[in-house]
Amino acid sequence: MFAVAAIALFIGMILVLIRLYAGPTLYDRVLAGNAFGTYTVLFIGNLGFLMGRPDFLDIALLYALINFVGTIAILKYFRYRAIGDTSPTPRGTPTANGKLKDQGYKS
Amino acid sequence: MTALDWIVEIASWIAILLGSAFLIIGAIGTLRFPDFWSRVHAVSVTDSAGMLLLTLGMCIQAGFTLITVKLIIIGVFLFITGPTATHAVANAAFVSGFLPKGADKFRRVIKLADKEAKIAKKRKRSPLKGKL
Repeated sequence: MFAVAAIALFIGMILVLIRLYAGPTLYDRVLAGNAFGTYTVLFIGNLGFLMGRPDFLDIALLYALINFVGTIAILKYFRYRAIGDTSPTPRGTPTANGKLKDQGYKS
Repeated sequence: MTALDWIVEIASWIAILLGSAFLIIGAIGTLRFPDFWSRVHAVSVTDSAGMLLLTLGMCIQAGFTLITVKLIIIGVFLFITGPTATHAVANAAFVSGFLPKGADKFRRVIKLADKEAKIAKKRKRSPLKGKL
């Protein structure tokens, strides 16, 4: 039964990878990458059961954590063009007064 | 095998097969749907239904051990973070300004609503400005 689930997960991973390669916009690619991460977490957990070594679940949990943080970091990078910057508006974005917003957070 | 073993086997079979079916359906939808906003729906099927059913099947198979605790932790974490990440992607796409297919005529409506909201905000900020 775990073999069936592993095959299904493998097919799903291949289909999502095709979308990741062919996605017309950036957000399609980010979405497919996030879905691929979820598939990978389930695949690693399933592989542990399949091979009789359920210790793989620790790796799956770690992968889930990294996947979530990575998706948010990618989105933040494409929005603000910086990962560690704390300024609440994008750099160089004019505000309603027409001036550049400077919050005093100098990186 | 006793009757209880059979019940456990059948329950985990059903859960894992249903979860696999949902995962493949989500993947096909992610590949075949025509639009970004419909692909979001397909991915959310994967993130909620497929993941939960597959994890449930593995939990039933593992029994009352530490493995089940780890699986429940993974399931709860993915159940919280998957929709959050999907919402973050959809929100970023919406903020960057593209609308669903065939919804171009609503772009004007959204701009008008934004303008009205700004006017209302200004009014709220100084409610007595016109009266004094």
